[in-house]
Amino acid sequence: MKIKILSLLTITTLFFASCSGEEKAKEVVNEVTEEVTENVEDAVEEVVEATGDMANLGIGPITSVELDDLDPDLADEGKELYKTNCTACHKFGKRYIGPALSGLLDRRSPEWVMNMMLNPEEMITKDPIAMELLAEYSTQMANQQLTEDDARAILEFIRTKD
Amino acid sequence: MKKSIISMFAIAATTSLMVSCGGPSSKSNNGAIAGNAAEKVYVAPGEHDSHYAFISGGFSGQLSVYGLPSGRLFRVIPVFSQDPEKGYGYSEETKPMLMTSHGFIPWGDSHHPDISQTEGSVDGRWVFINENNTPRIARISLKTFETEEIIEIPNSAGNHSSSYVTENSEYVVAGTRFAVPFPQRDMPIDEMKGNFKGALSFLSIDKETGHMDIAWQIKMPGFDYDKCHPGRGESSDWFFFTTYNTEEANTLMEVNASQNDKDFIAAINWKKIEEYVANGGGTKTPARYAHNTWDDDAHTATTKWENEVLVVDPSEIPGAFYMLPTAKSPHGCDVDPSGEYIVGSGKLAATMTIHSFSKMIKAIENKAFDGDAYGIPIIKFEEVNYGTLEQPGLGPLHTEFDTRGNAYTTFFISSEVVKWNIKDLKVIDRHPVYYSVGHLMIPGGNSRTPDDKYLVAMNKITKDRYLPTGPEVCQSAQLFDISGEKMELLLDFPTIGEPHYAAGIAAEKIEGNTTKIFKLKENTHPYRVTNEAETKVVREGNNVHIYMSMIRSHFSPDNIEGVKVGDKVYFHVTNLEQDYDVPHGISMIGANTSELLIMPGRTTTFTWEPKAVGVWPFYCTDFCSALHQEMQGYVRVSAKDSNTPLKYTLDGDVPGEDEEL
Repeated sequence: MKIKILSLLTITTLFFASCSGEEKAKEVVNEVTEEVTENVEDAVEEVVEATGDMANLGIGPITSVELDDLDPDLADEGKELYKTNCTACHKFGKRYIGPALSGLLDRRSPEWVMNMMLNPEEMITKDPIAMELLAEYSTQMANQQLTEDDARAILEFIRTKD
Repeated sequence: MKKSIISMFAIAATTSLMVSCGGPSSKSNNGAIAGNAAEKVYVAPGEHDSHYAFISGGFSGQLSVYGLPSGRLFRVIPVFSQDPEKGYGYSEETKPMLMTSHGFIPWGDSHHPDISQTEGSVDGRWVFINENNTPRIARISLKTFETEEIIEIPNSAGNHSSSYVTENSEYVVAGTRFAVPFPQRDMPIDEMKGNFKGALSFLSIDKETGHMDIAWQIKMPGFDYDKCHPGRGESSDWFFFTTYNTEEANTLMEVNASQNDKDFIAAINWKKIEEYVANGGGTKTPARYAHNTWDDDAHTATTKWENEVLVVDPSEIPGAFYMLPTAKSPHGCDVDPSGEYIVGSGKLAATMTIHSFSKMIKAIENKAFDGDAYGIPIIKFEEVNYGTLEQPGLGPLHTEFDTRGNAYTTFFISSEVVKWNIKDLKVIDRHPVYYSVGHLMIPGGNSRTPDDKYLVAMNKITKDRYLPTGPEVCQSAQLFDISGEKMELLLDFPTIGEPHYAAGIAAEKIEGNTTKIFKLKENTHPYRVTNEAETKVVREGNNVHIYMSMIRSHFSPDNIEGVKVGDKVYFHVTNLEQDYDVPHGISMIGANTSELLIMPGRTTTFTWEPKAVGVWPFYCTDFCSALHQEMQGYVRVSAKDSNTPLKYTLDGDVPGEDEEL
């Protein structure tokens, strides 16, 4: 694989250095782009296959979440935040603008859930699961400018629904 | 992972190759001089300007925000006029901002912006601007770039010698251009002389909130008060106002108000007045005027009716008022950053008068007076005059200063800016402007600490400078680099309306403090919703209140039935977004009041009175997401006597319903 890309790169360089034929240059760029896209997709698949969704922590400020016994006060706080910031797009019971949230923590790691709340712009462009969800649901998840504490409280509330 | 890194490298390499190959060259083939000017105003895509310029919108009634040195327009801040782009003056919440004792006024004439100051330097908290026609002063927040307060000025007419601030923003000052009966009464016009008065108002500014109040109003002789400027440093207790029509003529003013060789600059010690008032001085006098304030939590303006002002008579405060003879019908009144030199620009005179503050103080001590004007001592000209600038140009109007002892004056008739040295009164440089320049602005130029790299000249006439657009062509600003000995013209750019004046400030004093969103949890609007479960439709007689929410990319509710012809429907719409730069709009077919553009976290209202039965659509007017075109809904309107039940849904459900929540 490494060799292939490097050789393509060399061809491209030669092409451009001579500055001949815009059409041809475009073709080569397209080829390279396709190749690169395939490689990225392969890589993503490999990662997902190797680890599974639950091992995906997402991309963002949250690298590890310790889930202790349920904290009912924190969950109550989270419920209020959930109502204001999330219900315009999510329901537990059914698919709405975004996915239904029931059973969420069986499918996603808590880190992934918090990173999706806190860093949706980067998640939908780089995280394989988030990218797939955007393709399926079309609407991009809004960044509601939650603090890490807010997101943690909402996570606690979501735990009560599982 | 290794693979992806290599792929990334491949993309980057390919991209850089493409950039370096072919395409237009970034080097132009203009001459060296033009190339240099272009470089100085070029702000690369994605880069920020170094300065904000708040340029008066003149007869548009607004205030525009430009970047310097690029001359790019960022925003028009609605102040004294309705603005359909932002719904200002149309939405139910903003209508009170335009209320006056004469009723609702949809279109004003804005003039002189000035930025608040701390210790003699612009601080970037607020910008003040005056409405000339129906006298008012507005305060605009430089966090939200929205008008927060407008106060009407009673007993004033043609609010022109306004709105300048003292060096710690203790006061913003509003002086009348027209002398009028004070208070207003029915009397013959030709009995003006001695019977009309000129009101000069000092508005206090709350240090924390910026909230304004008319602290007192000075009842001056019935001259016209044209421009004013606060003192600085040693002279910071004083305020200076140019006067014209000291003849007190009431007709054919261009002849009859131009008879006297000298009019006056009125020098007023505001600290003494403050002391006098603090000791119970002044007379409370009935006056009805509107005081409109905006609340950022309620997202609503309210009008408070004020009932009196404190009137101060100059004769009651000896030592606080003097007249400085100044040639001839002076317009601009400008004080240099040191506070020593007071420049009167006699628009009809061949010379410019420069007074000395220290000479003035000495003359007052020596009682070097030459008569009085309605009891106010007139200081002998030679006892206060520092010197004159002989024939610097034709029609001097306004002067700003740099930190190197230079003054820059605009000349309307000879269309030029002239740079001169204040101390030796010698002209250093002159540069033509295109054409008929009025005001000029150096960022911070109205303070002790001008930021003197740039100068903006604001022109009344452009004629051939731009592509023609019919009989009405744009007015314009011209940017100069004044860092060297010679002024260098860098850029022309069009302005909104007539740019009467501008205030400039380094971007770093503002850009870190601007508001990004309004927090939903701080929203106290009575018709707010904080989530979809709170959205609803409520009938109260013929009034129907829709509590609606918006978020990318749907309204809640989006299907409404049970509205009838003859109803007045209130759309109270809350933007539930909490992300920066995600406003949504809403427009309803046939609504006669307003479309709305609603910032994240804000609630705004418009009304709709449906005239015919049918199913009528509404939609989002601001492209908000890939599914913006889907952001739409319907209202069913039934006949006046129908029994269609009130019903509101989203996706067939009661909004916000989630059985498992």
